[in-house]
Parts: sequence; C-alpha cells; structure tokens
Amino acid sequence: MTGRVDGPDKVTGRARYAFEHPVDGAAYVWAVPSVIARGTIRSVDAARALAVPGVLAVITPDNAPRLPGTDDPELALFQSRTVAYRGQFVAAVAAETLEVAREAAGRVVIDYEQAAHDVTLTADHPGLYKPDFVNPRYETDTAAGDFDGAFAAAAVRVDATYRTPAEHNHPMEPHATVAVWRGGTLTVYDATQGPSRTAGQVAAVFGLEPGQVRVIAEHVGGGFGAKGMPRANVILAAMAARVTGRPVKCAVTRPQMFAVTGHRAPSIQRVRLGAGPDGRLTALCHDVIDQTSTLKEFTEQSAVATRHMYAAPHRRTTHRVVRLDVPTPSWMRAPGECPGMFALESALDELAEACRIDPVELRLRNEPAAHPETGQPFSSRNLTACLREGAARFGWAGRDPAPGARRDGRWLTGTGVAASTYPARAMPSQAQVTVSQSGRYQVRIAAADIGTGARTALLVVAAEALGVPEAAIDLRIGDSALPPAMIAGGSMGTASWSWAVIKACRALRDQIRARDGAVPPGGLSAHADTTQDIGALASQPLAGRARYAFGAQFAEVRVDADTGEVRVPRLLGVFAAGRIVSPAQARSQLIGGMTMGLSMALHEESAMDPQFGDYPNHDLAGYHIAAHADVQDIDAVWIDEEEPDLGPAGAKGIGEVGIVGTAAAIASAVYHATGIRVRDLPVRLDKLLRRHQ
Amino acid sequence: MRPFGYLVPPDPAAAIAAVTGRPGAAFLAGGTNLVDLMKLGVAAPDLLVDVTGLLPVLIEPAAAGGLRIGAGVRNSDLAADPRVRAGFPVLARAVLAGASGQLRNMATVGGNLLQRTRCLYFQDVTKPCNKRVPGSGCPARAGDHRNLAILGGSPHCVATHPSDMAVALAALDAVVHVEGPAGPRAIPLGGLYRLPGDEPDRETTLERGDLITAVEIPPLAYAGNSAYRKVRDRTSYAFAVVSVAAALDVAGGVVRDARLALGAVAPVPWRARAAERVLAGRPATAEWFGRAADAELAAATPLPDNAFKVTLARNVIVRMLCELAGDGS
Repeated sequence: MTGRVDGPDKVTGRARYAFEHPVDGAAYVWAVPSVIARGTIRSVDAARALAVPGVLAVITPDNAPRLPGTDDPELALFQSRTVAYRGQFVAAVAAETLEVAREAAGRVVIDYEQAAHDVTLTADHPGLYKPDFVNPRYETDTAAGDFDGAFAAAAVRVDATYRTPAEHNHPMEPHATVAVWRGGTLTVYDATQGPSRTAGQVAAVFGLEPGQVRVIAEHVGGGFGAKGMPRANVILAAMAARVTGRPVKCAVTRPQMFAVTGHRAPSIQRVRLGAGPDGRLTALCHDVIDQTSTLKEFTEQSAVATRHMYAAPHRRTTHRVVRLDVPTPSWMRAPGECPGMFALESALDELAEACRIDPVELRLRNEPAAHPETGQPFSSRNLTACLREGAARFGWAGRDPAPGARRDGRWLTGTGVAASTYPARAMPSQAQVTVSQSGRYQVRIAAADIGTGARTALLVVAAEALGVPEAAIDLRIGDSALPPAMIAGGSMGTASWSWAVIKACRALRDQIRARDGAVPPGGLSAHADTTQDIGALASQPLAGRARYAFGAQFAEVRVDADTGEVRVPRLLGVFAAGRIVSPAQARSQLIGGMTMGLSMALHEESAMDPQFGDYPNHDLAGYHIAAHADVQDIDAVWIDEEEPDLGPAGAKGIGEVGIVGTAAAIASAVYHATGIRVRDLPVRLDKLLRRHQ
Repeated sequence: MRPFGYLVPPDPAAAIAAVTGRPGAAFLAGGTNLVDLMKLGVAAPDLLVDVTGLLPVLIEPAAAGGLRIGAGVRNSDLAADPRVRAGFPVLARAVLAGASGQLRNMATVGGNLLQRTRCLYFQDVTKPCNKRVPGSGCPARAGDHRNLAILGGSPHCVATHPSDMAVALAALDAVVHVEGPAGPRAIPLGGLYRLPGDEPDRETTLERGDLITAVEIPPLAYAGNSAYRKVRDRTSYAFAVVSVAAALDVAGGVVRDARLALGAVAPVPWRARAAERVLAGRPATAEWFGRAADAELAAATPLPDNAFKVTLARNVIVRMLCELAGDGS
C-alpha cells in the first residue's frame, strides 16, 4: 500500500500553498464588501483610505479597469454599480502590507442607494420559475406514466416535505491568490481545484489568449467544490496587480467566504411515495424548490438522483428556482445528490415504517433492473450488494423497528440506514509522459491534489502502466502549463486523469519496447488526449449505459433523553465505486465524506438573517463543522467492482459518494431512537427536546 | 490594523496607573478574547498594558479556608490542580468544558471572567449593537437569538456571558480581588457583573484601571459533591447552549443546602437563588428539583427561537440534582 507521497512535505510545512508563494515586492489587496443586500452605489469616497500611509490604490467602480470578459457576473469585479447581495465585493484597497490594506478598506466610504431586499425562500414564492436546465445540464423535469393517478390509488402513501439549510463548503485553506504580471502575461498562484479551467476563465475575463495566463496550484487545502471555478479573489489579485504594477497577494477571509466563494442554497423538497402493501413503489415524485442569486442562475439538481434510484412505473421529478438578493450558490459536496438523497432516503424510511417492512428489505424490493426512466442498462449496479454487506457487518438483522423503544441509561438509542449514489463520469484530459536515457520518467498533467491523495493515486496508476517502480517517476501536477486536464471535481478527477496518464504511459511503453528497451540520448516522449475516447461515451453502444456509484450507509445514534444531544457512536459505509486505485487514500476520502455527511446531519447551517440579508454566523465558531469528538467508530469498505467504460483504471470516482445518504441514515436513526422525525436539517438538540418529570 | 502601543510595566501599580490615565488603554493577559475582538474591529485599544508577568500565578490556601487563585493562573493549570479537582470538581469540570486545549493554555482566570459576549451582532461592526455602540439598536430580538438570554436581558440587550468557569465560580460564591486606582477591594462575583438594563455597554462594576488580581473561593463543606454540565450543539469546541453548575448537600433524603448557577441563559453568570430557596430543607426528589427549577425559570422571558432553553435548563437542573443526590435515574 502506497503512503501519501506528499505526506512528509505537508506534515513538515514544506508544502507550499497559494498565499505562501514568495514573490519579490509583493503588495496586498483587501476587499470592501457591500453592507447592503440590494441597491446601487451612488458614490465612493476613497479619500480617507488613500490618506493611510502605505496605500497604493483604492479600486472602485469609478476607476476599476474595464474587463473585456463579463460573462460571469461574479468575476466582473467593479464593472457595475449594482449591489446584488450583502458581502459582494464593491471596492478594494491595495497597499504595501496586508494590515494597511485592511485598515484602509475600512475607511472607504460608500454611499448606497439601498433598495428593499428579498432573501427568504418559501415554497410558494411568486418568483419561482422553471429553469431551462439544472446543474450542470440535467433536464429540469422528468415524468413517466401517471404519477397523480397512481399516487391517489396507492395502498400506502408518504407525502412529506424536507428542508435543508444553506451550507458553506469551508475548505481549511481559504481562497487565496498571488498574481504576477510580466508584460502581457499573467501568472497566478491560486487555491484552485482546476488550474486549466481557472487559466481559461481568467484569460477570458482579461481578454487574453489562454496561453497568456498560467495558474499554479501546487498544493490546495481542500475545495469541496468551492474552488472548482475561479472566484472573485483571482480577478481581484490580478486587477490589483495590474493597477499597482506590483505582484499582489489576496486572501479571502472566513467571513467573506460566506458571501463570495459559493455555497449550497437551501432547499425545500416534497417527496411523495405510493406503494403497495408489500412496499413495492408504484408512484414516486420529488419536487424541489431552490434559490439562486440575481447575478447568476444556479439550480441544484436535487431531484436528479431520484430518477435512477428505485423502480416505480409512475414517476415525476421537478425543480423550481427563485432569484433572491442572496449570494450566488454553487457547487458544494455532491451538489444535488447530497440534499436530494436526504429527502428521498428519509422518505423511504417513512415508507418502510408505514408498510412495516425493514428499511433494508424495502430498498431491495425496489431495486430496478434497468434505469427506471431511460430503460438503459447499468454499467454495473451493486446497491443491493452494498446493503446486504453493510447489514451483515453492522449487525442489522433482528433490528426492532419500534421508534423510541430502546434506552441505555440516559441515552435513547437507534439505528438507521440510507442508500448513496453518485454519477460515474469522466472528462477529457491530456497527459504527457517522458523517459530519459537514464531511466527517469516524468508524468505531466494539469491535475490538482486538493488534499484527496490524487498525487499518490496517479503515481500508482502510472507506475503500474509503465511497469516501473513509483520511485522512478517524477509526477508534475498543479500547473496549467502542463497538459490540460479536468478539474478535481464531480468525483471525476481520478477517472479522467488516470485515463490520460495510463494512455500516455502505455504509448511510451510501446515506444520503448519497439526499441527493445533502448532509450535514445534525447529521451522519449508520449502524449495522450482522451477527448475522442470520452466522446465515444456519447455514441452507441456506450451511450446506452447508465453509470453510477452506489453505497449503503448505516448509522447508530444515541440521543440524550434530557437534552436532545445526539451522538453517533457508529457509522459504516459500504460502497461500490468501480476499482479502488489507492486503498489508503480511498478509505480516507470515503470516511471524510461520511464525516461531512455527519456534519450536515447534525451541525451545518448558514442561517439567513432577513434583516440584513446575510449569514450572521459567519465564522467557524458560529458555523459548526463536525470536530473529532463528534466522530467515533467510523468505517468505510467497498465491494469489488470494475467500471468497464470509464477508462483503463476501471474507477468510478469516490470523491462524493461518501457524503450522500449519511444525513438520512443519521436522521432515520434519530427517529428510531426518539420517535421524532426531523425533516429539516440540521438535527439539532432543540428539535428533540422534551420536558421531563 | 490600527497601530497601538504595547507596554510591559514593572509592577501592578504601574500597570494600573497606565490604564487609569488613558481612556484607550486595556490590560492584556492571555489575549484569547481581546486580540480576536481587535481583529474584528470590535475593540480598538490604543495601548495594551501587558500584565501577564505581573499577575499572581499561584493557587494557594486562603486564610479563611478555601482557595485563592491568582488572576494570572492559566485555565489549564486551574483545571489540573489537584485541590481544585478534589475540592471543587464543579470548577475543574467547568474550565475543561470551555474552549480548546490551546486556548485554555493561554487564557487566564482574570481574563476568563471578563470575556465579552459571542452575540453575532456584537461581533459584527457592520451592524447595530447597543453594547458596542450605545443607542444603535439591537437586531438580535428580530434576528439570530437562538443562543441568547432568557433571563436578565432587557429590551436593549439579550446577550449572554460566554464563560463556563464563571458559572462554577458563581455557584461557589467566589470573591474577586481587585487592585485599582483607589486601592485594593474585594467584590463578590455576583457584584462584579451588571445586568444590561438600558446600559448594556457597561458590563461590570469595575472602574477604569481596576485590575483583577485573584479570585478567592470560600470553603464549602459539600463542594466535593458538585458538578458542571454543559450542553452544546457540538460535542467539543462550542459555547454552551445551557450549562448548569451545582453543589448539593443532602442528609437523610433532605436537602440541607444547595448551590445552583446557570450559564448561557443570561447576560451574567446566573446564580439561581430562587431555586436554592426552594431546595433548602425540601426532600431531595426529582419532583422538588423540578419545582426549584420552575421557581428560577418563572422569570424567564424567552424569545421565539430560544424558548427551548427553558425546557432544556429545567431538564438539566433536575438531572444534575438527581445525580448529586445519589439518584442516577
């Protein structure tokens, strides 16, 4: 088993993150966030800020350089006087030091024409509309059969509404950028999940050719989707560097991350299930209500997983969204599947109770033979194997389904189960592999390791494909100057990158073999591009297959009978996610996902303050994320599986399947323990509190 | 950042003189709260007078019995002291329930008493707050107040005092020793704090230049039968939602005496004297513990999102007193 190759650098502090890159003559930029949620900027008075010694520039809508590319309004920094949400960057100060920039930013006086804001999502909001598609390009609504008729006729019905709060990604490393202009070219050291994507988007904003922007992201301290696309910090650093003629460093603060680096929007989800007395679904409907900002439409695809999870002849899924005066939502930790499966899997648990059928058995009974909406065969689908394996390992058999019936001292105890799923996909990437006459190999690809162990996994697959020890290979990633690659996102990193890397490695090995192993003095090189291979996935016969990873999550909880405090003594996840390339890293990543699921279940909530239109709990003391004491016995295992279509690694991706379903398993376990069904996350103690004595 | 002066005076008298004569000056001890507030812009002292080397750092037997704890004693040292652990377990447990190991290593006893509220509006200088800017208003009543006060608040402020340690000290009738421009004096802990009324910016009875030098815990024969229970939203690293410090003296099934204080329910560490009065001389039963809790909580004026604290406080009080009475049920 390969240990993490960058582990020693990280634990000794040698690993360098974006903001730490030393540049000569660095200046610092600090953003001024809007303190209104909607309105326009009448005027900006920079005089008091400019008077602070060490200030180099105050950038405002009045004097900001005009940006040629404004397709993404979140990146069109200071190009408009309109304020779309509280916390939006509306001006900035560049200075000799971070401290001066920050102090002067507080002295920029902005006169706003404030307008009434609307920041509250409701199920009957008059502004709700049907978007053309949901993230990233899924159909907004789907339907088959006659849901209404079948639901009305069903022997057993569940009709429940679930709510998930706004949640923020919160990687440990806040977004940060160091920007350096040399002539017409821009180099940015950035905390990003995708150097190639960021380079392309930043080039577009500044009207540059793609080759004129280089993005370096050697080490990235987590992303969880928030770093999947460039955020305002990259543009701000580059703009300030251009204005000052100096290299500029920019770091987003934790409070600012609640506004400008993306988050998961709150959702209101109605799930209706109709079934026969045997628990077999006849009707299934999932209606999602979501919010986005006035700047950009982002509709989380929360009902999409419902389209392939369970068999039911009559079915419907819908998404509606409303534009509010709120920060722009974005990708966060399994967007769509994560909140959607909380609702669907909680509803399954309610159906199991209504039918008096074990919740594992209920899911087994509703296993579809093919994709229930498209009829496509699954490339592989091992949900039932995960459920059975998990039930055996967890000791599920013989579970008494009665809610609120078990007590251990002051603790009420219960168990719960939920399914997990995530699409298995890959995106085009390129890689180059070289070998020197002395037998050193270099593998080059603009992948990003955001703490997942991608470096290690790619080294493993490259060594295997080349048939050489890992020690003979230098792996270069995290730089847009390398062959372009998919972002570390959508659980597609390993599948996408390893496909290109293995293809290049095999090509190089063939070259070496053709020369009977003799490498010429200039070395040999092979380049691979998987664009055509992945294009083939869209044409027959491969286009006819549905590809997903699956999993089963089991949770045991204890709820303090007096206080409602919830503990999770045991979490077990069993996953079927194609070939597991690097077991040690995979287990960490799956457990990490499950921990985030626990965190979502019990803690995470960005609570909108309707008075101001912001999330007032905007730091890590106010926004709780699970800490070590919240995680006790947690384990992740997997079923042996090979994904035949997504490249030679046989992988499906494990970045997000670990988080999906965890919250439903825990909420169902809380119901089993207490008899209280919490349908609005997080499951906090006040929702479970009962007066005693 | 705003430039500020930093002074290391030679002795407490010089420190007191330095702060007394300068309205913008502040004492600096562990800095675990003050420095955060400076970063947030909530506090902007122009001079920090570092007293870490001046404050007593010993825990000693007090002349009248009990313990005298130097104001410079670090929280982690206080919690680890064998006399505290054995004689006043409520105090050791309260300290260990607070903050993180790193913070407890820095934070001092004196500083812990003077922590500022974690009310979200107090901490955000872009919003009104009567405590931070008198007269500017209080958005908490209509906004985020789930963790704010149910007792002792006013229309002007419903902030809570965040300390765990101070709740235990309130139950123990601790006395705060202060040196000031007018010389030394001793203040009962309950007299240190002010309820907000219409002046929420005035949180204590300390005057400019007053320096807490020690905290004295008077002897309490039954303090060994004491406990602290902190209920919080996360298992660790979270401020209390409700906390209870209690000590109980039971003989023959009857309460001879009781000490009870509540945390995270009021702008001050809340000594539950109404409950104590009910308990004295009454049967040590869950029923009477419940009556005592009800007597205390009858004065509660919760807001919509923190009404649950009334039930929660009652449940925890009853449970803790049952446990201290030797009835684990």
